[in-house]
Amino acid sequence: MFRDAWLVAGKDLRLEARSRVTTNQVAPFAVTVLILFAFALDPDSDVLERATAGLFWVAVLLSSLLALQRAFTVESVDGNRDALRLSGLEPAGIFLGKACAVAAQLIVLEVVLGIGVVVLYDATLAGPLLLGATCLAATAGLAAAGTLYGVLAAGLRVRDTLLPLLLFPVVAPVLIGGTRAFEAALGDVPGEGWPWVGLLCVFAAVYTAFGVLAFGPILEES
Amino acid sequence: MSHGGYVLAGYAASAVAIGAYALRVLGRGRALSRRVPPKDRRWT
Amino acid sequence: MTSPAPSGTEPSGTAAGAGAPAHTGSQGTRVLGSVTAAGLVMLSLFALVFSPAEADQGDAVRLMYIHVPTAVVAFLAFFVTAAGSALWLWKKSRWWDLVAASSAEIGVIFTALTLVTGMVWGRPIWGVYWTWDARLTSTALLLLLFLGYLAIRRVPAEPDVRNRRAAFAGLIAVVDVPIVHYSVNWWNSLHQEPTITRLDPSIDGLMLFTLMLGIVVFLLLYLWLLVHRFRLAWLEEQLASSDLAAALVERRAEADEATISAPPAPSSAAKASGTIAEASR
Repeated sequence: MFRDAWLVAGKDLRLEARSRVTTNQVAPFAVTVLILFAFALDPDSDVLERATAGLFWVAVLLSSLLALQRAFTVESVDGNRDALRLSGLEPAGIFLGKACAVAAQLIVLEVVLGIGVVVLYDATLAGPLLLGATCLAATAGLAAAGTLYGVLAAGLRVRDTLLPLLLFPVVAPVLIGGTRAFEAALGDVPGEGWPWVGLLCVFAAVYTAFGVLAFGPILEES
Repeated sequence: MSHGGYVLAGYAASAVAIGAYALRVLGRGRALSRRVPPKDRRWT
Repeated sequence: MTSPAPSGTEPSGTAAGAGAPAHTGSQGTRVLGSVTAAGLVMLSLFALVFSPAEADQGDAVRLMYIHVPTAVVAFLAFFVTAAGSALWLWKKSRWWDLVAASSAEIGVIFTALTLVTGMVWGRPIWGVYWTWDARLTSTALLLLLFLGYLAIRRVPAEPDVRNRRAAFAGLIAVVDVPIVHYSVNWWNSLHQEPTITRLDPSIDGLMLFTLMLGIVVFLLLYLWLLVHRFRLAWLEEQLASSDLAAALVERRAEADEATISAPPAPSSAAKASGTIAEASR
């Protein structure tokens, strides 16, 4: 299973390296979201700095949508879906591979966004350990849940509008947890943030387990 | 009754919503039942 | 006098057969419905007349006798949808999938009602329609989860494909409900927002009774709606497959028509298929 995951993740990441969609399109989109927030909120007062944690994670969420849709677009062209099923790769491995590839792209986006908020919102990144742990846990959960819903929405004509409706309510805990943990880190009270990281880990574990178990049956029928 | 308007509004909204939905389900049930032969509707 | 109608190939009218009542009711639902109706009357009396007003909230507490039961039904409906989805994926009997779908539709109604009654209660008590208290927020997310499930079921695709995907989506979402509930509760406790206070058991006995009555009556109401909605869904399935069969018959008739190059044979079969084909043009 892990070998298959490695294969699939490698394929997706190599595709990304060649096409550079994440770097050329999704990352600028993420920064654009940060800028739009500045237009919407008052940049003179310190609203932006106080809201940094939340705005960061909303931007991550919106960008993850693009990354996920991209991850499954590459599968639906040229009958890739069937090829993937017939390839003899273990479905759990396919799930882990795709989720890992998405997670890797999301981490890159989060780094970009981190730089973005430091520059644009004048945020000071305190508590780096907590910030890092939060990002890892939250990203894992997002990638797992997103890959699950991505495959459910894949190949349907209304996929682009369906995926956000399906995904965002489900990942509300990630937004809550990620924001609270970040706030704790930036506010110099990391002790309050670690329990939220725990919640994020539970979320990630639950959805990774679900994906590993259910990906096979899901791929089978469609 | 204090806040009488709100209480009435709440009860009215609930009654209307559930009543309308029930009527719709029953109505469509009748319409479709007419078209399906009785052996396929095994509850009567 | 009544010729047995060929199942499915005849549209409307004659297919009902002699004497069988054409609706989704049965002895069971009549009994259930009557008990529910009586219960609703009784609940209205207790909620609006017999039970006392509360010290702080005044008569607004009477909205709780609807708000709490609708919340119970909303969450129950979601779990039924999830259970139905799981059982369908496992046992493959259409019965379970239809239960899941019916429960989802009813669940949306009751979830929306929970939110509305919550807001109507909140306005006079707190002065605002919405507050990010744990229950309202969780319920709002539940509504969105329901809407997502129903959205998949309406997607333009093969019915079997979309029903299966919806079932999976339902399962993925139900796993989330406790996580959402827990995280929202926790988040909420940081803010000390006014919460819709849990009516604790030490409240006035009559109020507690009315609340329990409300929950029981609404559970019966949910069951009654579920049975009818399920039968409606069953009828829709029957008609969909019979419509498909009828369409296939017509297609084949048209194909036969096209291949008959000789002058129309006097056989009734050819004439029949010819009329069917013409009728469909």
